[in-house]
Amino acid sequence: MAQPTRDNRAASMRRLLRNRAGLAGGSILLVVTAAALLAPLLFPGDPLDMVTRPFLRPLMTWAHPLGSDSLGRDVLAGIVHGARVSLLVGVTATAIGVTIGTAVGAAAGYRGGRTDDVLVRVMELFQTFPPFLLVIVLVSIAEPSVATITAAIGIVSWPTIARVVRAEFRSLRRRDFVLAAQGLGYGTPRIVFREILPSAAAPIVVLTSVMVATAILNEAALSFLGLGDPNLVSWGSMIGAGRDQLRTAWYLVALPGTALALSVLALNLLGDGLNEALNPRSADA
Amino acid sequence: MFGRHRILAMLRRTALQAVPTIAAVVIVDFFLLKLAPGDAADALAAESGSATEETMAALRAHFGLDQPVITQFLAYIENLVHGSLGFSPLYNMPVSRLILERLPGSLELMVVALAIALAVGITAGVVMAQFAGRLPDRVISVVVLLFYSIPGFWVGLMLIVLFSVWLGWLPSGGSETIGAHLTGFAALADRLRYIALPAASLAMFFIAVYARLVRASMLEVRDQDYIRTATAKGLSRRAVVWRHMLRNALLPLTTLAGMHIGAILGGAVVTETVYSWPGLGRLALEAVLKRDFSVLLGILLLSSLLVIVVNMLVDLLQAWLDPRIELR
Repeated sequence: MAQPTRDNRAASMRRLLRNRAGLAGGSILLVVTAAALLAPLLFPGDPLDMVTRPFLRPLMTWAHPLGSDSLGRDVLAGIVHGARVSLLVGVTATAIGVTIGTAVGAAAGYRGGRTDDVLVRVMELFQTFPPFLLVIVLVSIAEPSVATITAAIGIVSWPTIARVVRAEFRSLRRRDFVLAAQGLGYGTPRIVFREILPSAAAPIVVLTSVMVATAILNEAALSFLGLGDPNLVSWGSMIGAGRDQLRTAWYLVALPGTALALSVLALNLLGDGLNEALNPRSADA
Repeated sequence: MFGRHRILAMLRRTALQAVPTIAAVVIVDFFLLKLAPGDAADALAAESGSATEETMAALRAHFGLDQPVITQFLAYIENLVHGSLGFSPLYNMPVSRLILERLPGSLELMVVALAIALAVGITAGVVMAQFAGRLPDRVISVVVLLFYSIPGFWVGLMLIVLFSVWLGWLPSGGSETIGAHLTGFAALADRLRYIALPAASLAMFFIAVYARLVRASMLEVRDQDYIRTATAKGLSRRAVVWRHMLRNALLPLTTLAGMHIGAILGGAVVTETVYSWPGLGRLALEAVLKRDFSVLLGILLLSSLLVIVVNMLVDLLQAWLDPRIELR
């Protein structure tokens, strides 16, 4: 009933494809995803193993085009394998955050009343904790591993999306199409998931790409501080390890950081593109 | 009108609202950290390298760690009521003293970073709105997007490479020249040299957020009647832009800046580590690595309190900016 029509979706898709920023972001993201998926084929073996002499400069040999670090590990292999951790943590943590946030926001916005009061208090309580500090605390309570890092980042991110979903549901729940669905005797789950949620999807989708970017940044910062998964190579841990040789081998920090910055940039470009494609009116000037 | 009566009533109401939140924060923080494996006795034993069962038991008894959790919690509350955050066995000093030593450094860094972010962000946003759609807007938009995407800790390291290693203009870490005993203007200049890089790398992300927000809010009101009226009555372009259009951005800007206090605190953990800046963020990380949860608990409580207080101030500021706002 309230679902965007096929025409509508096609129009959004066309707008997204016409949007050069969004397209550029999507393309970079495709490359990063391909690197993540193909990493075991492109660079078989553990990227944490020593494969050549230490401190090989970039562009010196074809075998190790981006050089090697203080332990003789191939930098390019590390960057390609690091994409796996970044994307995995970014996407999974966001999925956790979006699921919790949507559930809480929908319940608060749709039910209203006391449910809303209680849930809003919980959101406010959560937002008094500095998010990154909370991630550090959660990770240090559990042992650092990809699973606990993902869970911690996901748990910390839900209030953002809950606020947006709550606002959408509050404004949509008295609309005619919802009243009609209620009049037809549809159950609450059906009204919430099949009628209201699709109409509230646009802001959720836009926010999601920004949340993936934030999650990737949080994971990188954690690994940089030495709180990442010790058994996996990640962009953050490469930057952290390279920091000790900043004066002599700055490329060890610059290269993984560039991969990190490019991925986050791509997600933000895609978010901007989606925003303009899904809410054409909000696109200014 | 902004009567004294109104501000007092508002202060009282927001303070009352904050009480249950603070209580909940204390409860959540305490029990969250009790979930952590190991306690101060384990950490001390690991630190010293050797400890018998007896000394461990003695340590636990000394710090009350052998009591039931609920007793420990009540003891902690009693301490809090008396203004004490407990004692850190690892640092061998009261947690409050440890935190007070580091707090000024963090506050200095955060305030300077926020000031840079607001000044640069607002200016960039105004310029972008003025030239909306034209070259300056496009160029600044790209820069802003980069600022928004590039991780602060990485920029911090790259700035060190550029300004400390290659150019040798600025120090790469610390907060002042040790043992220089500078006074007056020389001391200020010295501190400015040390804070420039950390504050800039911490501010970058927020510059981008404020620039985008100011641009959007100004474009929103560009075509409204009151702006046309202001222009028609002969106000200069500058007066219209800075006094009338920018005002529309102030409310969302203050809301956002208030919400960012938590994010800045979190970002400070990484920035302080990169620049060896003596602040709370680095203390928090040290506490995590040494598993000194009494210090961590104190820092968590303090940062939540800071967020709550700043948001109260933002509410007051907004009521002053816009007298129509009734406090929640």
